Amino acid sequence: MIELDCRGQKCPLPVIKLARNIGEVEVGDVVRVLADDPAAANDIPAWCRMKQQEYLGSPAENAFDIRRTH
Amino acid sequence: MEYTGVPAGPAYLDAATAVPLHPVAREALLAALADGWADPVRLYSAGRRAQQLAEAARAAFAEVLGVRMDEVSFWPSGTAAAQAAVLGGLAGRARQGDTLVRSAIEHSAVLHAAARGKAVEVGVDRLGRLDLDGWEQAVTAPGVALASLISASHEAGTVQPVSAAAAYCGEAGVPLFVDAAQSVGWYDVPTGWSLLSASAHKWGGPPGVGVLVVRKGVRWISPYPQDDLYRPGMPGSADLPAVVAAAASLRAVRTEAEREAARLSSLVERIRERVPAVVPDVEVVGDPEQRLPHLVTFSCLYVDGEALLHGLDRAGFAVSSGSSCTASTLRPSHVLEAMGVLSHGNVRVSLHRDTTEADVERFLAVLPGLVEGIRREAGM
Repeated sequence: MIELDCRGQKCPLPVIKLARNIGEVEVGDVVRVLADDPAAANDIPAWCRMKQQEYLGSPAENAFDIRRTH
Repeated sequence: MEYTGVPAGPAYLDAATAVPLHPVAREALLAALADGWADPVRLYSAGRRAQQLAEAARAAFAEVLGVRMDEVSFWPSGTAAAQAAVLGGLAGRARQGDTLVRSAIEHSAVLHAAARGKAVEVGVDRLGRLDLDGWEQAVTAPGVALASLISASHEAGTVQPVSAAAAYCGEAGVPLFVDAAQSVGWYDVPTGWSLLSASAHKWGGPPGVGVLVVRKGVRWISPYPQDDLYRPGMPGSADLPAVVAAAASLRAVRTEAEREAARLSSLVERIRERVPAVVPDVEVVGDPEQRLPHLVTFSCLYVDGEALLHGLDRAGFAVSSGSSCTASTLRPSHVLEAMGVLSHGNVRVSLHRDTTEADVERFLAVLPGLVEGIRREAGM
């Protein structure tokens, strides 16, 4: 798992960082995004849906887990 | 120098915020400014002329909305009318309960009024359609004073199942308030509601006119101190010339509505189809069929909504956005959140009678380059 610290960044920056770094993990592995912009909780799952990646949920406040599926 | 044609003027594509003044409204406003300045309750000829104008305006609203004249009142804005509906409707039913049931996609005016007391939120699906099962459960629960449902989403364009929602309210004995701001200029609101609000600048009337309808038999208590007049309404004088212009233009736009809805709906269809074809990674939101004729919203991945709005503004297009960076609150639109659709890079395009096919084609020609430029700058 890798962790992307996007705290303090406004959307769409956390989603851009996620998109640029999802390739760093193997298919099946997880990326954790730390983001405190209020839009992140909505836009990270939306990105997963649009790009057919798997959104695993929010394990803690301002943290979002995504599994690379392809 | 080569002649390249008349430079295109700016295209105003934000009708859902305010429609440019309809020519009928302009004419009526000028006439009423000359003839309707006096206080309509006074017993001299200028007052009587104003009274006649006020009654004619009320009659026009009553006819278009299919209600009685004495059920119509005028407010300083659609927001004021919607908030008076919520607060007055809740106060009138205080003995039955204290809870407002509302959809998750109500206008923020309703949300703010609802925040005064207890509120139960009913969600929508990905297309922005009300969860009717959740609605039935919520309105039949004990302690519900009032229910509130927007007739059609001002952000996604999705038309709500007002008839079915009203039927559940009817069975439960709960009055239904319908915020009809976006739909009143286009079509009749289905029956079954108890309170309704509208806003004149959404159909081409002047800004600063809200309309509230409280059906007979519905208990409504003004949230404001009342004046000496019997009728419920905003205390003090209404802007009568603006009210007259609002009534005249509503009648005019409803006469044109069928033809204009068909024309604009096909332009919206063109935007809905073409945007995803010419811009990669775009989500067009809202119900593709049960939708307002003039409004379309889409979100572009990796795009800062504010940057896109400024880019479009420079290119001569006025549009609005539900992205958080464009909101004074820095929160994404609660409507887009409730639908679970992408909230950044969001653009709402809403058309009106002056919008031409050429405006839409030019918009579709300009958009892909702007989005590409913003993405490139962001490193995507």
